[in-house]
Amino acid sequence: MADKIFRVNMTTLTTSVEEVPAAWAGHGGRGLTSTIVAEEVEPTCHPLGKRNKLVIAPGLLSGTVAANSGRLSIGAKSPLTGTIKESNAGGTSAQFLAKAGCKAIIIEGQPTEDKWYSLAVTPAGITITEETKLVGKGNFDVIKSVNAKFESKVGVLSIGQAGEMKMAAANISVQDPDGGLRSSGRGGLGAVMGSKKIKFISIDPQDGTVEIAQPEEFKAANRAFAKALVGHPVSQALGAYGTNVLVNIINESGGLPTKNFTQGQFAGHESISGETMADIITQRGGKVKHNCHPGCVIQCSQVYNDAKGNKLTSGIEYESIWAMGADCCVDNLDQIAEADQIMDDIGIDSIETSVAMGVAMEAGVLEFGDGAGILRILREEIAKGTGLGRIIGNGTGSVGRSFGITRVPVVKNQAIPAYDPRSIKGMGITYATSTQGADHTMGYTIATNILNVGGQLDPLSKEGQVELSRNLQIATAAIDSTGMCLFIAFAALDDETCLPALIDLINARFGIALTGDDVVNLGQYILKTERKFNIAAGFTEADDRLPEFFYDEPLPPHNVVCDFTGEEIDTFWNF
Amino acid sequence: MKITVKLFAYFRDNRFNVEEWEIKAQTTVGDIVDSLNIDREEVGVLMINSRHTQFEVEPKEGDILAIFPVVGGG
Repeated sequence: MADKIFRVNMTTLTTSVEEVPAAWAGHGGRGLTSTIVAEEVEPTCHPLGKRNKLVIAPGLLSGTVAANSGRLSIGAKSPLTGTIKESNAGGTSAQFLAKAGCKAIIIEGQPTEDKWYSLAVTPAGITITEETKLVGKGNFDVIKSVNAKFESKVGVLSIGQAGEMKMAAANISVQDPDGGLRSSGRGGLGAVMGSKKIKFISIDPQDGTVEIAQPEEFKAANRAFAKALVGHPVSQALGAYGTNVLVNIINESGGLPTKNFTQGQFAGHESISGETMADIITQRGGKVKHNCHPGCVIQCSQVYNDAKGNKLTSGIEYESIWAMGADCCVDNLDQIAEADQIMDDIGIDSIETSVAMGVAMEAGVLEFGDGAGILRILREEIAKGTGLGRIIGNGTGSVGRSFGITRVPVVKNQAIPAYDPRSIKGMGITYATSTQGADHTMGYTIATNILNVGGQLDPLSKEGQVELSRNLQIATAAIDSTGMCLFIAFAALDDETCLPALIDLINARFGIALTGDDVVNLGQYILKTERKFNIAAGFTEADDRLPEFFYDEPLPPHNVVCDFTGEEIDTFWNF
Repeated sequence: MKITVKLFAYFRDNRFNVEEWEIKAQTTVGDIVDSLNIDREEVGVLMINSRHTQFEVEPKEGDILAIFPVVGGG
């Protein structure tokens, strides 16, 4: 079926199905959410007000059998950063939305009454229903209840208590194939969904399928693409150890932010490492490999069991483990996994919240290393919306402002993730210049600064870092539009058959003739569109800066500071 | 001279996590990798004292050598 735009007006509680405007037809995923937000949202609007819009879009290849094509993009103006935001996640919703013939959902307006609602998506469009039973519940209760209403598998997007309370770190949870959760984690999109008074969205594709313009060419391209992915050694390591394989290597490099970004190495790194985690998972009968969406050939997710062999959490990532682990000095993987599960349930970003905990530890709210204290605050303060819970739930910057702390690792008010920009300088450029606040996924220079993937560039030298970050940010914006998991980039950087196969897939899906140049142009267009929105929202070059403590405080073991001038950072935009 | 050798990910399987080694002068990082029966093609990252290094480099007394397979994440 032809793709349509499904529009929901929460002020009038009406929905419509619209033709796709010609200008949007070539876009998907992040390219589409950012295009729509830039076109329809007033940049100066309040992110939690009626003028903001929540846009949900599968990627260009979602819903097809293309390997690793199940990423869902969600966009809006962010209540955390005030910038444009796109956050993407795995799970099953992207594939089901595409099969339902939905190119994007646009949710606008705001109910005038204090009532909650759910949305039900089918190929016919969207219906709005008042919701009472699940209000105040966590995400796992929501998905259990929603799944019980359907005979076949459906996609579920949900917010927990954090989203209902419009906390700036609230995420949107996406159900995975096994009833676990993936998260559109960053930037507080759960608060935007909460501001629209939508508790959950079900997606039932019924018998919908995605049309392929050139089926034979598509199959051939997918074979070549999957072969490039499976054959790359990074894909294999991701399957064996998950993303958490990075703890030891980033620690060894001296770039593992520890004790609220005061050290570059964590004494307890081995206890929280990917190697240790894989051993624990195996001993307890969990799953070392797990796919977050059907068709993933990398399988970096996992199922982590408790000491009794019962599932504790799934899909626990390096950044979450680093943040609760090294940054908060907690060396207990069971506590970290339990905290991950609670954060999934209450629907709050495990990076933002955990970095906020590190700042709270510096403020003396709890001691560094107090894993039990983190669990208590999650359960008793954040989930219940106490004063302290809201301070932490509104993010790292909120904690810093509330307690008068100056060592606050944020850019554009979004927490800096698991790579210190002093000793891994390429990440400093990405954090500073990203259109979305500090975000490692926007331009993952770790590949070349640390992992020797796609070349080698000295992490302690400024040389070449701006260009590296620029090229990666452009490529990432394009990949984020395809519905592809970003982890295809490791193969794409090293294997020259990978990217052409991806372009062939898009061409065969739509019967078009994109070239490599078109992909670069798409990435550049997306970055410029996002930046234009931010400038109109009031952002200037002065916002593209790292916090000053990175310039003042040398980071052991290399004892280096950030040394990019503002002028050097600003050359990022020379394209 | 004495150095410390650290292995990571599946390089640890049937080998070790960390060991103190006594090596002769002019021993290179590549020699050490070879002596561990690790295929150089499988090596992703080498570090000495938390800085990237190469197969040709000769470790010095007290150095810490870290040997990683090709890994990624993020």
